[in-house]
Amino acid sequence: MKINKLEKLKNLHELTRIRIIEEEIAKEYKNQEMRCPVHLSIGQEAVPVGVSRVLTKKDYIVSTHRCHAHYIAKGGSIDALIGELYGKESGTCKGIGGSMHMYDKKVNHIASVPIVGGSIPIGVGIGYAIKINKSKQVSVIYFGDAATEEGVFFESLHFAALKKLPIIFVCEDNKYSVYTSRYERHGKRDIKKLIKSMDVKFIETKENDVEDIYKKSLIAKKHAILNGPVCIYSKTYRYLEHCGPNNDDNLEYRPKKEIEYWLKKDPIELEIKKLKKIKIFNDEEYLTFCNSIRRKFISSIIKTKNTKSLSIKKLENLEYAK
Amino acid sequence: MPNRKNSFIDAMSESLVQSMQKDKNVVILGEGVTDVKGIFNSTNAALKKFGHQRVIETPVSENALTGIQLGMSLLGKKPILMHARVDFSLLGFDQLINNASKWHYMFGGEMNVPMVIRLIIGRGWGQGPQHSQSLESVFSHFPGLKIVVPSTAKDCKGLMAASIFDKNPVVFIEHRWLHYYSSNFSKKFYKIDLNNSIDIKKRGKDLTILSSSIMLIESLKAAKILKKYDIDIEVLDLRVLRPLKLDKLYSSLKKTKKFIFVDNGWKTFGIGSEIFANILEKNIFLKNIPKRLACKDYPTPSSPHLNKGYYVTIKDICNEVCKCLSVKKNIKSKILNECEHIMSKVPHDLPDLNFKGPF
Repeated sequence: MKINKLEKLKNLHELTRIRIIEEEIAKEYKNQEMRCPVHLSIGQEAVPVGVSRVLTKKDYIVSTHRCHAHYIAKGGSIDALIGELYGKESGTCKGIGGSMHMYDKKVNHIASVPIVGGSIPIGVGIGYAIKINKSKQVSVIYFGDAATEEGVFFESLHFAALKKLPIIFVCEDNKYSVYTSRYERHGKRDIKKLIKSMDVKFIETKENDVEDIYKKSLIAKKHAILNGPVCIYSKTYRYLEHCGPNNDDNLEYRPKKEIEYWLKKDPIELEIKKLKKIKIFNDEEYLTFCNSIRRKFISSIIKTKNTKSLSIKKLENLEYAK
Repeated sequence: MPNRKNSFIDAMSESLVQSMQKDKNVVILGEGVTDVKGIFNSTNAALKKFGHQRVIETPVSENALTGIQLGMSLLGKKPILMHARVDFSLLGFDQLINNASKWHYMFGGEMNVPMVIRLIIGRGWGQGPQHSQSLESVFSHFPGLKIVVPSTAKDCKGLMAASIFDKNPVVFIEHRWLHYYSSNFSKKFYKIDLNNSIDIKKRGKDLTILSSSIMLIESLKAAKILKKYDIDIEVLDLRVLRPLKLDKLYSSLKKTKKFIFVDNGWKTFGIGSEIFANILEKNIFLKNIPKRLACKDYPTPSSPHLNKGYYVTIKDICNEVCKCLSVKKNIKSKILNECEHIMSKVPHDLPDLNFKGPF
């Protein structure tokens, strides 16, 4: 299949939008006003952008602690994201959850939760309900390479395959669980073999290549709806520390060569290169786009800082749904 | 077995069927829910009426199933997940505690999680350390969960219906031995309010016993014996542990000024500890030193030679009441003799003479 020029530009803009928002969060974070752990998605934008391009607002997603990119790419409200980081009532969870708990019912971003593997069965349950309702949606489940080490991952894949549920499992393999590399955790064992052994269709994408991820997500969605669960597996890399706004390459837990390899594979650079080749990239237009995103973000921050936080009275009334 | 028309299991079965009839979103999940035994014959009627689409056999994956149930509930389903023994549900604790219990709260009150986990406590015939744990106090610790422990068939039916149609995750814990008891209940669909923790099962003036589940039944038996000797016990059924509402207990204690708590589980950090702390904080004056009767503070031994005396008996309850009320020696020995006589009719590790094992 071919991706038209407009779509190519859209992809680049989405990648850039996420990158800029995350970079701005990293800058603001140092002011100590966002008082929750943040796991930034810088470097990992290609997967959520590529996958989200095939989803509608009605398709569901669940995700992980590193959830900003999933949320933004799904079309989640940026004001609510910022509100949550600042712990305000305007936040995705009214300030109760924090950065690791994204939620936007308008776009069916059902939930991000930080317990590794924690949202996987929930996405399976959503897939099961979709199947029972016979609605033509998919349930997308984002998880990292470390989640494949959890028991609940196998239980969930097993159930999804058994019931042939319309689910796209999306494994973003950034190779590190905090400071521990995949090799230390998996040895030479291949995630691909594990997933295939569960009778879940396995699709590996090119690294950080948004167009390839987009194309394969189309195949995945079709397969999920017609035949049942599929897993998109995509290697990628985070540029900053596991949690927080800084680069931590000085700690030397990741080989220099590896870092250089991935910097050369930056998803945005890759896309710009492609667009330049077919002569649809305009420096000036791109700069204007970047500036407008930055401006919007900054004005949202100013607005958020002036909003109120949830009252303790309201908070204390939330133990049970009434 | 009791009259099959009004047994605890009939009540459960009828509640499930009527709830499923009322709302097509109600579904049952679990290992064994469609097998020939149908979780002690409680899901067979539902399966017959609604088929495998709504009574769903599952793999043995407790943690994923709890999360799957949560996910289904977010799309409007009302799933009931069943484990034939409480102990297995511990494998689902990550999903239950980290997700389900706080889901509504954690996402700012935007989402509801209407789900029920039905658990059965085993006892006797060698159920042993891992098939007989009364873990109500553990579940009751977590904000956001509702914990229901019925004692009678009538309560079972109404409480299960209320649990199914509640907007929150409910842990419904029944005792296997309750299956051997009956009580009259309406054939119509009804719910019992989960915000009303305590039900007064027997009025009395001399002493208050608070208990739940099978120990509530034992307490009522003890009260019946004591009544013959003009000892008038008030027996309160703590049938909802969370949200915990103790107003009826306080009123009762203000009247009787004497209190015994009879627990189904262990004493240390048990339900009784929480009840006593509440009474202390309310500064209610008691004339006796309040007493907790509970299982021995170690895991259940399997062998019948080892587990005699492990559980609280009607004799233990009567003995404690006599102590609290300073009952005369000769009357006390008559009471305890009567208890022994009743207890001798059925071996201590059986719920009923008809029970022939294995679980």
